[in-house]
Amino acid sequence: MEKVSTICPYCGCGCGLYLHVENGLITGVSPSAHHPVNHGSLCVKGWNCHEFVQHPDRLKYPLVRKDGILQKSSWEDALDLIASRLSGTKEKYGPDAIGILSSAKCTNEENFVMMKFARAVIGTNNIDHCARL
Amino acid sequence: MAGLASAFGSGAMTNSISEIADARVIFVVGSNTTEQHPMIAMHMLEAVDRGATLIVADPRKTQIAAFAHTHLRQRSGTDVALLNGIMNVIIGEGLVDINFVRRRTENFDEFEKVVKRCTPEVAEKITGVPASDIQRVARIYATEKRSMLFYSMGITQHVTGVDNVRSCANLVMLTAHIGQPMTGLNPLRGQNNVQGACDMGALPDVYSGYQKVADARARKKFESAWRRKLPSAPGMTMIDMFDSALEGKLKAMYIVGENPVMSDPDTSHVIEAIRKLDFLVVQDIFMSETAELADVILPAVTFAEKDGTFTNTERRVQKVRRAVRPMYGAMPDWKIISELSKKMGYDMGYRAAHEIMEEAALLTPVYGGILHHRLDAFGLQWPCPDADHPGTPFMHRKKFAKGLGTFNPIEFTPPDETTDMAYPFILTTGRLYFRYHTATMCRRTATLEREEPECFVEINPKDAGRIGLRSGNFVKAVSRRGEIVVKALVTDRTPEGIVFIPFHFREAAVNLITSPAVDPVAKIPEFKVCAINLVPVIPKPGERPKNRYNRKEDLKILNELYEEPEVPS
Repeated sequence: MEKVSTICPYCGCGCGLYLHVENGLITGVSPSAHHPVNHGSLCVKGWNCHEFVQHPDRLKYPLVRKDGILQKSSWEDALDLIASRLSGTKEKYGPDAIGILSSAKCTNEENFVMMKFARAVIGTNNIDHCARL
Repeated sequence: MAGLASAFGSGAMTNSISEIADARVIFVVGSNTTEQHPMIAMHMLEAVDRGATLIVADPRKTQIAAFAHTHLRQRSGTDVALLNGIMNVIIGEGLVDINFVRRRTENFDEFEKVVKRCTPEVAEKITGVPASDIQRVARIYATEKRSMLFYSMGITQHVTGVDNVRSCANLVMLTAHIGQPMTGLNPLRGQNNVQGACDMGALPDVYSGYQKVADARARKKFESAWRRKLPSAPGMTMIDMFDSALEGKLKAMYIVGENPVMSDPDTSHVIEAIRKLDFLVVQDIFMSETAELADVILPAVTFAEKDGTFTNTERRVQKVRRAVRPMYGAMPDWKIISELSKKMGYDMGYRAAHEIMEEAALLTPVYGGILHHRLDAFGLQWPCPDADHPGTPFMHRKKFAKGLGTFNPIEFTPPDETTDMAYPFILTTGRLYFRYHTATMCRRTATLEREEPECFVEINPKDAGRIGLRSGNFVKAVSRRGEIVVKALVTDRTPEGIVFIPFHFREAAVNLITSPAVDPVAKIPEFKVCAINLVPVIPKPGERPKNRYNRKEDLKILNELYEEPEVPS
């Protein structure tokens, strides 16, 4: 069994924990013993934070709405559609007709990329996330 | 964060979690710490074991309040009056750290004029907290050297959210409980990386590291790094975006890992706004209430399938490591956005997450020394300006980020909605220990789902008696915006006149009835105060109000889309 050191995905405490990995699947969680926040403890959410990762409800492939119904699509087609629709909107109504919501669940790197995408690629400062909720 | 920035020049927890156990006074305002930040509460209770005094201000008798030596149960939305009352005592009894106020702060005289008017007796009238309690708390907090102040959404989710935070900042400066270990003003951030999302500039008015988009020098720096002309006017907040969509001005939205249909106030308003959009993209790990309305849905990966960093509430940037390869056909968010960006004619050229952080470090002074290879042993706390800097456990040591700390004179103003004959109860919303935000993740975790399977309203026994309600009865909660049916839980945890409903449950989505009023500066919604009525519901024989989560029904849409669930290989 391999133990991968990482950070709990739930609240702002940022507890250190290990994900137990066997044959490419996560089988359990254990707390980091010396982490300055959790000192070898975890709350009930932390102890179970691996469960949703492998849940069968996970979204598995891109979906595109055709004739009102969401249908399976390839990554290539979905991204092409988004690129052309966003470019079209930008051309017709200007960049500020597009709004982007980034996420407090995403990593720092992803938030940086999102804000670069909004500002440099789309050309708008309409970017926010759920800090207030 | 706007409130803290205006006082100190920087919006983040000033001190560190590891200092808590050595504090002598712990003052918690509007944070349900044991349920929402259990591991931080653990440090607080350790401090109590070592003889520290715990003071909790919260209208509800939360678990942490049950541990408190003094529990101040102010009326919802009267925090400014409570804090002004406390500061009035501190000034009146000569407990102000005059030296600190003179050397490190400005605007004290204006502030003093306002606070002088708010005697403990005046504060008692507004807040319902006895003047003697206000005096006692003021003395304990001010005289002890190692006093830490904590706050959370109980302070910020009001139309006066910014005022509330500024009042906390005033209190901390008045007593010089800042710039030292075991002191400070400590906002407890809710989501794992809400601090990081703010730090990285996922906000309408700032780039990463809170560099203003309106500042020409900062803009030029980003323009030359990104080889693109950048807009100078601040953009729209989330709430503004939905208003703008309703007006038909905002045409397209791209929503990553957010579920505003559940999390934003006044749900029907949000849904109407989203329906008006020409085009909506949602990128998430599960089908959410918001994704159901999208034109394109992209599958993203969870924390366990990608590399990167999260920044916790004490500014500690920590490494998240990939444990398993992406499940099914999902991709990390940064990769999706880079691919899309390439298709739109802008190649970001990232091959791995650490390359993004290297760019962020170059452009962001407070993250200047935050590089992946330095984060292996429990990360680094920003500000960390260069590659040799050891990180900063507590801030504002010699001076505030903006130079002098600013006292803001703040008068008490009542909440946006007050009770009347038709809506006699104050509703306050919040969270539960076993639940997380809009519940997309914890709903898929058996242990958590087992514990709190259904939504409820906490109501005081006296109020319950008056309207003939017992625990387990169904009750309709009605506001000016909508209604939901929930089960009653009769308890003295909530005081008379106030009821509490958690917002995690889609089958009784409390945000159908919450108020859309927001703080004028920070645009944070007033989730903690909204006027409602409660009407007992008697279900017809054989009929059961739909308040329990029905996974089958919830997933009908998914079952139509997906064949048998594939087992990840």
